[in-house]
Amino acid sequence: MPLQSVNDFVIRFSNVNGSGSASANELFARSVLRMGIPVAPRNIFPSNIQGLPTWYEVRISSAGHLGARGGTDFLVAMNPQTWDKDVAAIEPGGYLLYDSTKPMPKSKFRNDITVIGVPLTAICNREYTEPRQRQLFKNIVYVGALSALLDMDVAEIEKLIGEQYKGKEKLFDANKHALHLGRDWVMMNLDHPIGLRLKRSNDVGDRIFIEGNSAAALGAVYGGATMCAWYPITPSSSLPEAFTRHCQRFRVDPATKKNKFAIIQAEDELSSIGMVIGAAWNGARAFTATSGPGISLMQEFLGLAYFAEIPAVIFDVQRAGPSTGMPTRTQQTDIISCAYASHGDTKHVLLFPEDPAEAFEFGAAAFDLADRLQTPIFVMLDLDIGMNHRLSRPLTWDDSHKFDRGKLMTAAALDTTADFGRYLDIDGDGIPYRTLPGTHPSKGSFFTRGTSRDRYAKYTEEGAAYVDNMQRLVRKFETAKDLVPRPLQANAGKPTKYGVIYFGSTSPAMDEAIELLEARGHAIDRLRVRAFPFHSSVTSFVGEHDFVFVVEQNRDAQLRSLIVNECSIDPVRLVPILHYDGTPITARFIAGAIADRLDALKVTPLRRDKVVS
Amino acid sequence: MTYVIKPKFRHPELPKNEIGFTHRDYEGAVSTLCAGCGHDSISAAIIEACFELSIAPHRVAKLSGIGCSSKTPTYFLGSSHGFNSVHGRMPSVLTGANLANRDLIYLGVSGDGDTASIGFGQFAHAIRRGVDMVYIVENNGVYGLTKGQFSATADPGSKSKRGVVNTDSAIDLVGIALQIGATFVGRSFSGDKAQLTPLIKAAIEHRGAAFIDVISPCVAFNNHTGSTKSFDYVREHNDVVNKLDFITGRATIEIDYAPGSVEVVQQYDGSTIALRKLDAEYDVHDRVAAMSFLQHHAAKGQIVTGLLYVAAESEDLHSHLNTVETPLNGLGDQELCPGSAALEKFNASLR
Repeated sequence: MPLQSVNDFVIRFSNVNGSGSASANELFARSVLRMGIPVAPRNIFPSNIQGLPTWYEVRISSAGHLGARGGTDFLVAMNPQTWDKDVAAIEPGGYLLYDSTKPMPKSKFRNDITVIGVPLTAICNREYTEPRQRQLFKNIVYVGALSALLDMDVAEIEKLIGEQYKGKEKLFDANKHALHLGRDWVMMNLDHPIGLRLKRSNDVGDRIFIEGNSAAALGAVYGGATMCAWYPITPSSSLPEAFTRHCQRFRVDPATKKNKFAIIQAEDELSSIGMVIGAAWNGARAFTATSGPGISLMQEFLGLAYFAEIPAVIFDVQRAGPSTGMPTRTQQTDIISCAYASHGDTKHVLLFPEDPAEAFEFGAAAFDLADRLQTPIFVMLDLDIGMNHRLSRPLTWDDSHKFDRGKLMTAAALDTTADFGRYLDIDGDGIPYRTLPGTHPSKGSFFTRGTSRDRYAKYTEEGAAYVDNMQRLVRKFETAKDLVPRPLQANAGKPTKYGVIYFGSTSPAMDEAIELLEARGHAIDRLRVRAFPFHSSVTSFVGEHDFVFVVEQNRDAQLRSLIVNECSIDPVRLVPILHYDGTPITARFIAGAIADRLDALKVTPLRRDKVVS
Repeated sequence: MTYVIKPKFRHPELPKNEIGFTHRDYEGAVSTLCAGCGHDSISAAIIEACFELSIAPHRVAKLSGIGCSSKTPTYFLGSSHGFNSVHGRMPSVLTGANLANRDLIYLGVSGDGDTASIGFGQFAHAIRRGVDMVYIVENNGVYGLTKGQFSATADPGSKSKRGVVNTDSAIDLVGIALQIGATFVGRSFSGDKAQLTPLIKAAIEHRGAAFIDVISPCVAFNNHTGSTKSFDYVREHNDVVNKLDFITGRATIEIDYAPGSVEVVQQYDGSTIALRKLDAEYDVHDRVAAMSFLQHHAAKGQIVTGLLYVAAESEDLHSHLNTVETPLNGLGDQELCPGSAALEKFNASLR
């Protein structure tokens, strides 16, 4: 029986990298969105420029589930290289759209799916003479075919093409024509629509469609960042690139046409973080964006920033490690290397946004936190949040919010201060007062160093002074616990002994998994951790439950280790649920893994009559 | 090193500069380097240069890496903020600092171990970006703090104190700086204060990347027979191309050298360098000729010192980036945060 569903299925495009499919696939996703139906697209791409396989998966969900679901209901097979695997992955009853220009042996198909052949190459060859056009328009032709098969509102697609080619009439006409080539062919030759359909609805609301990296970069603009130094690395490069675009839009002085920002593409990650530290030391809000390998390179400087107490913001868009790992696949795998970055005793503040809206909020807040705490702040994104368009609540900003520059001494303040010591803990919160170079002709200057020093910033190798300083840094970290975003708790409808802790991009899959688990009769409380150091509510959440699952996207249960280590919790109480094959975690996976364990934990008493002798 | 604490007493008749500061206002803590260290002479030249230029000490930011040379910023300009960063990474930290506040003077102090090895990349990139700074390398060809290993600027054939002969070829930082686009390049000798002080003054007033290589013998590990960075060797092989006097834009220009042998170099801020040419064939504005001249003399075992190159016109990183005149660290919420109305428009563009 072919699958039947309205506004709730997964369509997967299988393409060759560099064939121009990306924009056609995005056009499809946006068209669905314009019909008022929530979509969650995911680009699964290789570390390659041209030729290797790439996939684009669009999850259509009227319920608004934005996590990856797993499985394919409809496959658009445009890549012979991956045909066998792609076809095998279609759900029973699913659909396959392929280019039927050349006949395929029967053995290449499956009996339990609906096969839809459209002679895409033949249509394009008939219509176009130039090879480049034949290639590019083939993508638009299949979008046209889909519009008929899925009963889409073609006017919305045309409108989007119009927006894309605004002022380029020729291109608009050519694309619109290609769209109708595919659509008309299906309408004349095939049964349509099929069992999977799209019906105009009103489920999108005021939500926006944005990549996490762009939202985080805008957060940096709103947070007052004026200096960005970076080195290209997937999947973080689009963050500084977006920052550049946002700055060109928001930060060019209209009168002088001069820039209220400085962006440097550095020679490497070491230099990037060095520039950030130099700028932050000198009072500008500065950041870098990188991924795991960059974090490894920056370790030495991160220790300096921790010990010399310099504000710095690092956006880590995580990818699968170790080493070069899988550069274009997602993971949450730098938790430990960021939390304890650098040699010696160090601890760093990490923020875990779940989606673009939080990437924006935390991206801005990171700069206040960095100035307040005078330490590096890591915004822990990942490829799944950073590089995919995600439906997100609109970004909001409170105009009454003023930058928190922290304990920064002005010349006037220095004049009335008898005893300035850069590392004196005046307020008992572990945070000292700092001065910027050039502030006062005779007061407040000091020497910043990575070597041990006393409370007045004077070099010392005396044990007592060293310990005094290290203890103050611990106090400062305690202070941070109440300043960073708090965990969010959502309890099950009925009391339960079980809890789950999760963070970051796992969020949409987790929300959906809870529904699946509830449908199976399991009740579970959840806590979304949004920052490190952990707020006391993390410890109490674990205390309130017999077992707590910790869901994360890495092999070694890094967040769990951090909780065990920092909250002194018996590891037995924390059950790891780990997904780390580089694909985004799915609700099906989480619900399955948790349910299996819950079933195992449930001790069902043996009933006598069931015992077979 | 010495354990003497500097007395706070100041003689009332100490000479004052234009802004009323005495020499003592430009000093720092007592040096902990070895007695007779060439680096201390360089610190003294920096103090002298800043005093003579009447620079307010707190308007200088001094940055360094790791090593003997990088310790020296503690020993001059005690009222300036200093930053002793990590090994070889002073250039990136200085670049960031400079971007944050274009109004300060940035003095980067490094050594040959710091700049020519781990920091070689950062040195090159800061120079090629045209960061407005004075980059001084205190070059002794040896790792002092770790007790006498060769550095990458040690000449092949030179002998270490332990008798080991260096077989690796030497990195000539001046040659590299010229090649990658430094707009001001000089070389001097720590024992030649008369040459070094005006060179530093001119470098401070230069807009753009100014690089000075100062050969500074290590009295502990590199001042013996067989070393090419010893006091005796450098004095014997020093080939001075010009003698310079530095005159700030504020002072009247009076040049009393014989016409023909003097070249007046005008800097962007109106300051002037008067160069008394000692070598008739040397043209301070010809970068390619300078490189060839240096190579030619190096082949003969001669160390060319003086102002080696100054670009007729120079720009810095801020002009490349078209940044606003107000230092970036002085911009507040009003100038930086676009606000909620702009955000609503942004949201609307994403639907």
